[in-house]
Amino acid sequence: MSVVSIKKNISGDEIPMPASSVKEQPMKQPQEMATTKTASEKATVQRIKAVTEFFVRRVMPSVLGVVLFLVIWALLAKQSGELPGPDKTWASAVELFSDPFYDNGPNDKGIGWNILSSLERVGIGFGLAALIGIPLGFVIGRFAFFSGMASPIISLLRPVSPLAWLPIGLLVLKEAQPAAIWVIFISSIWPMIINTAVGVTKVPQDYMNVARVLNLSEWKIFTRILFPAVLPYMMTGVRLSIGVAWLVIVAAEMLTGGMGIGFWVWDEWNNLNVEHIIIAIFIVGIVGLLLEQGLLLLAKRFEY
Amino acid sequence: MNKYVQIENAQMIFETKNGKFVALKDINLLIDQGEFVSIIGHSGCGKSTLLNLVAGLIDPSGGALFCAGREIAGPGPDRAVVFQNHSLLPWLSCFDNVYLAVERVFGGKEPKANLKKRATEALELVGLGHAIHKMPHEISGGMKQRVGIARALSMQPKVLLLDEHFGALDALTRAHLQDELLRIVTSLGSTAIMVTHDVDEAVLLSDRIVMMTNGPSATIGEILDVKLPRPRDRLALAEDRDYVHLRGEVLKFLYERHKKKEAA
Ligand SMILES: Nc1ncnc2c1ncn2[C@@H]1O[C@H](COP(=O)(O)OP(=O)(O)OP(=O)(O)O)[C@@H](O)[C@H]1O
Ligand SMILES: [Mg+2]
Repeated sequence: MSVVSIKKNISGDEIPMPASSVKEQPMKQPQEMATTKTASEKATVQRIKAVTEFFVRRVMPSVLGVVLFLVIWALLAKQSGELPGPDKTWASAVELFSDPFYDNGPNDKGIGWNILSSLERVGIGFGLAALIGIPLGFVIGRFAFFSGMASPIISLLRPVSPLAWLPIGLLVLKEAQPAAIWVIFISSIWPMIINTAVGVTKVPQDYMNVARVLNLSEWKIFTRILFPAVLPYMMTGVRLSIGVAWLVIVAAEMLTGGMGIGFWVWDEWNNLNVEHIIIAIFIVGIVGLLLEQGLLLLAKRFEY
Repeated sequence: MNKYVQIENAQMIFETKNGKFVALKDINLLIDQGEFVSIIGHSGCGKSTLLNLVAGLIDPSGGALFCAGREIAGPGPDRAVVFQNHSLLPWLSCFDNVYLAVERVFGGKEPKANLKKRATEALELVGLGHAIHKMPHEISGGMKQRVGIARALSMQPKVLLLDEHFGALDALTRAHLQDELLRIVTSLGSTAIMVTHDVDEAVLLSDRIVMMTNGPSATIGEILDVKLPRPRDRLALAEDRDYVHLRGEVLKFLYERHKKKEAA
């Protein structure tokens, strides 16, 4: 008995619009609207709360940090008299970026050209490093013999400062442009080799057991098990490598000259245009950040 | 006599940081073709290790194992394994996980359409026709286990090795899959070795039940012949005298003679 009455109660209260009672609709509407209104009001209140919390917790600290940074910078600039402040730098940046792609002969090109030519060098050097480093990492990780062969060389060469490779590049390649690419190549190859190799050794034994029971060919093992399992490790290596490559390019270009953001910094130093040097620092930082974020985004797509 | 799987004096010693650990010793077992044998014993006694030896995933430290008259030198698709922890590849859909096995066994002999049909049928058999294109992380633990079973069955193996594969399943699904498993194994004439914790399951499915003593140095304590006529009906058996007796024997072995040592 009581069960039945409770059931009725529930169906009356909780299900406001049974499919069969179309006629009852107008009568029920006012009550319904009232309930939905409060519900939606509640939702908006909650949304506002969430948004304010997001601002207070996440956005505010960052904004505060940037403002503080600018204030300290401005104060320091005022003190020293030689260091340009944020306002001057900003004005100079606006002017610089109003025409980023002008071309007045080989030694005077817009900032856009310089950034692009640095990116090109990093792209080629890093691309070659990936082309060789990733397969090498797989081979080293998969076969203990090759791991034994490579590990002393890797341990020895990896800690070498990137620019120490430049003279060798100049000697062998004879020209500045390929020598800079060589420096990028040799300094960015290690994280890819090492992370890929470590990834291969970390492939869970369970997956390898599946491969063994099925007696898969080495090619199938690579495409179906090793590659997908190692991909996250590999992407970490790629991300670290791009970071290193971008870190090294400025120094390498300062030494080799030509065109590029590093050379541009050196050139502006010779012209004593300090605003431009500060702008270059920001550009290097921002481009590095974009590269990193882009790769993070790419890496996310490979997670399973 | 047709001894399909032979285990002779097999011994397994693991090298650990604390020295040698003898997991299994003096294992002797002969299994006929088409026979259904289950292995039962307390956790950690070495059931999975024994199964891995037959699979060829590990090599015995002593003794020898044979399959179809040849010494087992490594794993192969003639001995399919349903792993204790399903071991699906997380980046492949359920279908692709099964297809990988089908392709390995029947690829090159049959047209692609046939291979696809085999994979689909194997999944339908375990009741996953609706989840064919789901990824492993999108399905429940029991469903993953069933994909693992489908993968093994799709290979039509000579020997089917099952490691507590029904552990994560509810009673109804379990019963259904037990029936299906028996049907397939019978129709293929496969030899099956199944590790289980479930006494009823062991009695219902097996021709013989191998009961193992506790580790370390575990070995076969006793082998029970299950001479119940087939096909077996789980409902009718529940009240069958022989069945109840056999069940009692297994329980006695596990809980009286080889009681698991409580934390000493
Ligand atoms: N690779 C290994 N190295 C060292 N010891 C091992 C190794 N594999 C298993 N063992 C040990 O061998 C014994 C048997 O392990 P096994 O996995 O075969 O047990 P099990 O009977 O399958 O247990 P469960 O029912 O819990 O699955 C355990 O004591 C375990 O610790
Ligand atoms: Mg086990």
